[in-house]
Amino acid sequence: MLTALHFAIIAPFIAAVFVPFLYKKFSYIHTGWFVLAVPTLLFLYFLQYLPITANKQTVTAVLDWVPSLGIHFSAHVDGLGLLFALLITGIGMLVVLYSIYYLSKEKEALYNFYTFLLMFMGAMLGVVLSDNLIVLYTFWEITSLSSFLLISYWYEREKSRYGALKSMLITVMGGFAMLVGFVMLYSMTGTFSIQEIIASADDITSHNLFIPAMLVILLGAFTKSAQFPFHIWLPDAMEAPTPVSAYLHSATMVKAGIYLVARLSPVFAISGEWLWLVAGFGLTTLFWGSFSAVRQTDLKGILAFSTVSQLGMILSMLGVGAAAIHFDSMEDNLYVGATTAALFHLINHATFKGSLFMMVGIVDHETGTRDIRRLGGLMTVMPITFTIAVIGSFSMAGLPPFNGFLSKEMFFTAMVDITSFHLFNIDNIGIVFPVVAWIASIFTFIYSMMLVFKTFTGKMQPEKLDVKPHEAPFGMLLSPIVLISLVIVFGFFPNILSYSVIEPAMASILPSLLGEGEQFYVDIYFWHGWTIELFMTMGVIGIGTLLYLSLRKWVAMYQVFPDTLTLNHVYDQTIVGVERMSSRLTGSYMTGFIRDYLLYIFSFFAAALIFVLFNKNAFSIEADLAPISLYEVILAIVLVSTAFVVMFTKSRLKAIIGLGVLGYTIALFFVIFRAPDLALTQLIIETVSVALFLLCFYHLPHISKELEKVRFRLGNLIISIAVGVTVTLIGITANSSRLFESISGFFPEASYDEAGGKNMVNVILVDFRGFDTLLEILVLGIAAFGIYTMIKLRLAGRNEL
Amino acid sequence: MEILMSILAGILFMAGTYMVLSKNMIRIIIGTAIISHGAHVLLLTMAGLKTGAPPLLGLKASTYTDPLPQALILTAIVISFGVTSFFIVLGYRAYKETGTDDTKKLRGTDSYD
Repeated sequence: MLTALHFAIIAPFIAAVFVPFLYKKFSYIHTGWFVLAVPTLLFLYFLQYLPITANKQTVTAVLDWVPSLGIHFSAHVDGLGLLFALLITGIGMLVVLYSIYYLSKEKEALYNFYTFLLMFMGAMLGVVLSDNLIVLYTFWEITSLSSFLLISYWYEREKSRYGALKSMLITVMGGFAMLVGFVMLYSMTGTFSIQEIIASADDITSHNLFIPAMLVILLGAFTKSAQFPFHIWLPDAMEAPTPVSAYLHSATMVKAGIYLVARLSPVFAISGEWLWLVAGFGLTTLFWGSFSAVRQTDLKGILAFSTVSQLGMILSMLGVGAAAIHFDSMEDNLYVGATTAALFHLINHATFKGSLFMMVGIVDHETGTRDIRRLGGLMTVMPITFTIAVIGSFSMAGLPPFNGFLSKEMFFTAMVDITSFHLFNIDNIGIVFPVVAWIASIFTFIYSMMLVFKTFTGKMQPEKLDVKPHEAPFGMLLSPIVLISLVIVFGFFPNILSYSVIEPAMASILPSLLGEGEQFYVDIYFWHGWTIELFMTMGVIGIGTLLYLSLRKWVAMYQVFPDTLTLNHVYDQTIVGVERMSSRLTGSYMTGFIRDYLLYIFSFFAAALIFVLFNKNAFSIEADLAPISLYEVILAIVLVSTAFVVMFTKSRLKAIIGLGVLGYTIALFFVIFRAPDLALTQLIIETVSVALFLLCFYHLPHISKELEKVRFRLGNLIISIAVGVTVTLIGITANSSRLFESISGFFPEASYDEAGGKNMVNVILVDFRGFDTLLEILVLGIAAFGIYTMIKLRLAGRNEL
Repeated sequence: MEILMSILAGILFMAGTYMVLSKNMIRIIIGTAIISHGAHVLLLTMAGLKTGAPPLLGLKASTYTDPLPQALILTAIVISFGVTSFFIVLGYRAYKETGTDDTKKLRGTDSYD
């Protein structure tokens, strides 16, 4: 049944249809104002689910799509889905508002922009609210598609197209792998419903497909969430307009992979491979992202690698959080904290990274560049933007009193705690977790400082800027101000999220730990005493400051890596290689020569039919056969010898006459086989045909004297013989085995009574199958028209061809 | 008899296929015509041969040959005539326009645009 919930998911798609009309009709109003209503209303709509999920209740609405395959459009709202839905609509609202000021209504193709953006919003809601894996996959691919369209929004730029293609290829490849994983899950559990799969999760852990399914699904999640080594698409995706980067490539779409990992945790998290893979890839990405961010000179480049790094951080926390499942309850269960931290940081990241992207957009908009080598000293001209940058960056760096500090502390706690976990070999080498986390945090601190101080302090270089910088209009500042206020609010009052959003989402990720009526204990606060986490943070600040100040001395080490060893180079080479290979492959069989294509068709025809005939033991010779008389033998000899003459003659005339002889011989066969009407028709038609051939004969060239090469002809002969044999075998078989009673008995009885004719063939043609004949006449008419046109038509515009 | 006719149909198909695979336009057209002959023979054979009198009620015979395949073949003969004559004119026209009847030279261009 279509419910309001379904409607909420597809509402953005419906709204997208109207965008071009609104753009055209109300060209004096920025289209964004109309679009703004969609996420706003949806955000308010989803808010009313908060009390429901806070009480551990879920809402499910099922709409049949392909029931025979177990595919239903079933919308399912629980804590996790709702958290993402609020994020998508909430950030969506602010991004649309921001874009109204960012994109000029005179110069930009707003109808494209908002159509794609709404398409994305709907698809993303579909991903996080679908209970059916196939529906989830469908929406998942629509997000990839809309991301592709939005990255290539300025499609006249080559880099935009390159980035769009790259993101598409990588995420769709992962998505396809994920689909394979979903099908494996289906074959293990017999259902596509996530809730039902979770319910039967205990039964499949020892299944052969369990690990393969996990691997390919993780591939999908990792490509989407830009995890190392698939992160290379995200920096190139920054060619998109900044509102898109803030929305898709920071706050929502790239978190779809995290959503999937969280969503399927109850299914897979019990295995050690899951913990190691998710946490391992997460930590690697965390380190590599923050390490690479420091070498960037483009502000958006820094943010892109920073996003990669933060996504890795969230994933590593989800991976470590899987350790909690090995306990029966929450008693003394240290590891639950990692999941809390992951969800809390997910929200925090959306707030500070969203505002930072918008801040960079403002800088770009007002100065015309995002290159930190050309920027500097903007603090005095853009004080509000500067404040946004400071708060956002300090939160990202993990400094108090912002929300980033809280989640960074929780992250350190989780990484320290996991070293005491005694399964899966973690107690031996688990020390790498806090060490990598700490080193990566130092780099995070460095690039966060670069973001603020390289842009806003130091000497202003007006000669390097194309325009005179000034503060952005209020409308443009509004969205980042809202987000940055949230950074502070969540920093001081984190517990407004605890039981409304985070705890219900945890219940979706770790359902096995909760008994009836229980709930997780979530309390986030600043002061934990002089703990190891606090010392880690102090170390980060201390060493980070030192390294930042001496940046010029060691930044040269990034030049050590040769360009040919980078992942981007590998990607480029792969694309070039694959294109060359496929064009060579296609070129090898798509020759453009009609004979080659016919050769494929005939070979396939013969091979497929002969294979089936013998594979199914269908070939048979039986039934009572009609006797053979002398006339027929003579006719057969004539037919065969004429056929050979036609085949091998080099004279056109002989071939045409031979064709005529074949036709007349067949007419005689028709006589013998009691088919007078056929014989008559055949005689007439054959006469006309031969006459026609002879008429054209005069105009057509000789059959080339230099006939085809022997190899060419031999190949043709072999294929022809194969086709001939196939037809013969089928003829004999069809004659010998009758599966159904023939309907022919009907005609002798009915011809006279129902149609009043004594010649059954005629009655069939003009009466029982009269429409056939009518259409046959139509075909002949069309052929006649074609012929007439071809003869009469003088190509008037010949020179244009 | 049915086996003999099946073989004859096979030979007609073989000859037709061989002709169609050549490079020369007129041979290709003749080939299609031969293949239709083969198809007619095959159709008639598959229904069973000489199973009774010609399908004319006036003969008042006890059994008649199956009229249905005959009706189908009659349609097919006429259609194949239409196709053949269309091909002939098409070939003639293509030759006039391009100056060649060699399909190897009638390949179009390699580029996709």
